[in-house]
Amino acid sequence: MAAPTNATAQPAAPEGATGTALPRRAVVVGGNRLPFARAGGPYAGASNQDLLTAALDGLVARFGLQGERIGEVAAGAVLKHSRDFNLTRECVLGSALSPQTPAYDLQQACATGLEAVVGLANKIRLGQLESGIAAGVDSASDAPIAVSDGLRHALLALARAKTPRQKLAAIAGLRPRDLAPAAPRIDEPRTGLSMGEHQALTTAQWGITRAAQDELALASHTRLAAAYDAGFFDDLVTGFRGLTRDQNLRPDTSLAKLAALPPAFGRDLAEPATMTAGNSTPLTDGAAAVLLASDDWAAARGLPALAVVVDAESGAVDFVHGGDGLLMAPVFAVPRLLERNGLTLADFDIVEIHEAFASTVLATLAAWADADFGRERLGLDGAFGSVDPDRLNVTGSSLAAGHPFAATGGRIVATAAKILAERKAARAGTPDADRPVRALLSVCAAGGMGVTAILEAA
Amino acid sequence: MTDPYLTLVTSPLTKGLARRIGLPRPAPLARFRPGQPLLAGPALVVSGPASAADADAVAQALVGWDVDVRRHPTPGTSYAAVVVVLTGLTHPGELSDPVLAAGATLRSLARGGRVVTVSRASTAEVAPAVAAARQGVDGLLRSLAKELRGGATGNGIVLADGVGADAPSALGALRFFLSTRSAFVSGQLLAVDADAGAPPADWDVPLAGRVAVVTGAARGIGAAIAATLARDGATVVAVDVPAAGEALAAVANRARGTALQLDVTAPDAGRRILEHALARHGGLDIVIHNAGILRDKLLVNMKPERWDAVLAVNVAAQLRINTELLTSGEFTRAPRIVSLASTSGIAGNRGQTNYAASKGGVIGMVRATAPLLTAFGGTANAVAPGFIETEMTARMPFAQREIARRANSLLQGGRPEDVAETVAFLAAPQSGGIVGQVLRVCGQNLVGA
Repeated sequence: MAAPTNATAQPAAPEGATGTALPRRAVVVGGNRLPFARAGGPYAGASNQDLLTAALDGLVARFGLQGERIGEVAAGAVLKHSRDFNLTRECVLGSALSPQTPAYDLQQACATGLEAVVGLANKIRLGQLESGIAAGVDSASDAPIAVSDGLRHALLALARAKTPRQKLAAIAGLRPRDLAPAAPRIDEPRTGLSMGEHQALTTAQWGITRAAQDELALASHTRLAAAYDAGFFDDLVTGFRGLTRDQNLRPDTSLAKLAALPPAFGRDLAEPATMTAGNSTPLTDGAAAVLLASDDWAAARGLPALAVVVDAESGAVDFVHGGDGLLMAPVFAVPRLLERNGLTLADFDIVEIHEAFASTVLATLAAWADADFGRERLGLDGAFGSVDPDRLNVTGSSLAAGHPFAATGGRIVATAAKILAERKAARAGTPDADRPVRALLSVCAAGGMGVTAILEAA
Repeated sequence: MTDPYLTLVTSPLTKGLARRIGLPRPAPLARFRPGQPLLAGPALVVSGPASAADADAVAQALVGWDVDVRRHPTPGTSYAAVVVVLTGLTHPGELSDPVLAAGATLRSLARGGRVVTVSRASTAEVAPAVAAARQGVDGLLRSLAKELRGGATGNGIVLADGVGADAPSALGALRFFLSTRSAFVSGQLLAVDADAGAPPADWDVPLAGRVAVVTGAARGIGAAIAATLARDGATVVAVDVPAAGEALAAVANRARGTALQLDVTAPDAGRRILEHALARHGGLDIVIHNAGILRDKLLVNMKPERWDAVLAVNVAAQLRINTELLTSGEFTRAPRIVSLASTSGIAGNRGQTNYAASKGGVIGMVRATAPLLTAFGGTANAVAPGFIETEMTARMPFAQREIARRANSLLQGGRPEDVAETVAFLAAPQSGGIVGQVLRVCGQNLVGA
C-alpha cells in the first residue's frame, strides 16, 4: 500500500500488507442481515422492500446511524418486480437513515451483493465516498410473475387507445392462452437448463462424489450451528418476523440423514445423480447489508474497522458453447486476483466459497488442484493449489444458511470481516502478530459469472 | 392494554350511572409531556413554626421553578399542590396545626393534585418524642394518600439528619413528586440520605451528556425506559437477547441510540456492555437493570430449571455485570445503577417464590451496592412496579387482572412510562443523595408496603 497522502490522519499500512497502490483504505465496519427463511416460509408476506428496509434498519440500530447521511447505498435484488424501480432508494427513504442518503440499484445475479461491496469500496478508496452501505435482498416467495406477451401488448394498446372503438380493438385480439401468467424462471435463458441441472453437468465432469458433497453439507450445518451457539452472529443478524436463526439450518443433521435423501438434479445424465436437496441450497428469502467506510469516518464515530477490502476480480465463462460449467467463473477469476496481489492460496487464513451447491465448491477445489487444468486452462506450471478444509467456510455457508441470491455477498463479507478481526485480535502479543490475516471470497453467479475478492484484517 | 372499566366510569354516556350506583371511579391520570409547566395551578407551602426556615427554602425553590407559591391557605382557592414541611417536629403534638391546615385544602385540591410531606427520618438516635413525631408522618401520609381522589397523589420526602430541605436530592424528589412524571407513584416515602448530587443544567434534559445502558429494552417497560432516558437527553444503548433483535432495533432507532444484542447471563456480558459504551459513546454513566423473566409455579411444583433461570436472569446477571463495571475503573462519573424490583419482592405473591426471591435479592443488592459507589458520587437504587399495563399483564386471566388493577389507591394499572419516569428520576444527576432505596410505582398498591 502506498504512503497515505495525509500521514497524520491515516493509520500506517501494516508491514507486508497487500493491495494495489491507492491513497487510502476502505474498511468493513460491520454488517447486519436477517435470518434467512425458506421460500414460502415466515417471510412469504414480505416484499423485497420490506426485507431490505429491515436489514438497513437493523444496521442503523447496530451502529447508531439514525439520521446519518451515508455517502451511498448500493443494493440490488435478482428476482425483481417492475414496481421495484429505485428499490434501494425507496428502502433508504423507509429506513432510519437520513433521507439525504443517495442510493442506486445494481444486479449481477448471485454476485450482486459482493459487487455492491466492491463498487462502494473502490469509491471510498478513491476518496469519492467516506461511507457506504452495500446490500442485497431477495424474496423467492414474493417472486415477480409476468403477464404473457399477448396480454401485455393488449394492455399497452389499451392504454394508448383514445376512442371506444380503439379500446375495443385493443382487447379484441386477446386469446384465452394470453391470460395465463408467464411462470417465473430461474433457468438459464440460453440453455433452458436450471442452475441445478447445469451444476449436475459440472459435478459429473469433475467426478464429484455424493459422499463428498454430503460431508461438505454436514460441515456447513455443524459449523453454522456452532457459530450461532457461540454467539458469533449476535452482532451480525437481527431477527425478523419471529425468525431468529436461519430457517434452513439443521443442527441435528447427519451423514446418514443426508444420505437418505433422493437425488434432485442430474437424474437424466448417464452418471449416477448425486445432488440432493440436502447438498444443494434451497430457494430462500432474506436481506443483508454491510457498512463500509474510510478509516477516518469509522474512527470519528467510534466504530470498528474489522477488515480492509483489498482487491477484487470478476470473471465469466462461456458455459453456452465452451466446456466450462455455469458456476465455474471463480475458478479463473481467483488465480488472476491472486497473481495480481502476489499471493497464493496458502496465504489465506480463511477461504469463503459460496455454496450454491456442495459440488460447486468441490468442483472449484478440484479444478484448482488439477495439474492439467492448471497448465492448460490457467496457464500455470501446474496445479493452482489446494485449500485446507479447516480454513474453508469456517462458520458454515449457503448450504446451511440458505441463499437469497443478492443477499449472499453481504452475508459472506460481514462474516469474513468479523472472523478476520477476531483472528487478528487473538494473535496480538504472539510472534505472529504482524503477519496479515487474509480472507479469500468467491461467489459464483448465474450467466456463467463470478466475483471474487480479498479481505485483510484491518 | 386498554382498561374498559376506566372508560365506562369516565365516558360521558355512562359516568352518571356509574356514580349513582356507587362504582369506584378511577380518574384518568395526566402524564408528562415535554414543555408542560411543573404545576397547572398554585402551590401551598405550610409548616409549623419549628419548620419555617425549611419551608421558606422549599417555597423559594418552587418560585425558582415558576410556581405560583402561597404560604397561607385562602378559603376557596384550588391548589395544584400542597407541600407540608415537618422537618422541625419535636413532639407528635406539633403535627396538628400544619397537617390540619393542609387537610382543609384537600376538598378543593385540583384534579391530579399533589400532596408532598417533607420530614426527617425517625431513628433510634433521637429522643422518643422526636422519633414518635417523625414516624407519625409515615402513617399520616400513607393514610392521607388513600383519601385522595381525582388522580391526586400523596408522597413524602424523608431527610436524614444533617441533610437540608434544599439539598439537591430533596428538591429533585420534590420536583418529581409534584410533576406528572410521578402520576402513578403514591403513598411513598422516599429517603434522602446525603447532600450529594447536583441539579441538572437544564431540567428539560437532565440526562444530557450521559450514556445509559438499558437491559431488556426490546419491549414493554424496557422500551419505555429507553425512550424516556433518550427524551431526557441520554445516549441510550439498548440491550436485549438476539431473539428480540427486531423489536430492539426499532427501540434503538427511535431513541437514536445503539442496539446491542446480548444475553445478560453471558459470563462476559458486563465486559461487552462496557466495551460497546466506551468505543461507541465514550463512556458509561447509567445502567438500568430491567431484563427479567417470569417462570411462575407454586413452590410445591417448582422444577429446578424454572427456579434457576429466574434467579440467573433477574439477579445473578445484575450482580456479575455490576462487579465488572465497578472493578473496571471506567464507571466513575457520578454513575447510576437503577434495578427493577417488584412489589412481589416486597409483599410476596402466591406462585412467585422464585420471582420474589430474585426481586427481593435485587433490593438487597442495591442496598449493599450503593455504598461502593458513593466515592464517585454514584448511587444504586431500585424501582418496584406494581400492576403495570403491559403485554405480560394483558395475558393474565380476566378476573385476576381486574382485581390486580383496582387494588390500589388510584384504582387503575400504571403504564410502562410511569416506571420509566421513576427510573429516569433516580438516574438523574440531582438524585445523588438517594442511595440504596426502593421506590414503588404502584399507585399505592394495597399489598407490598
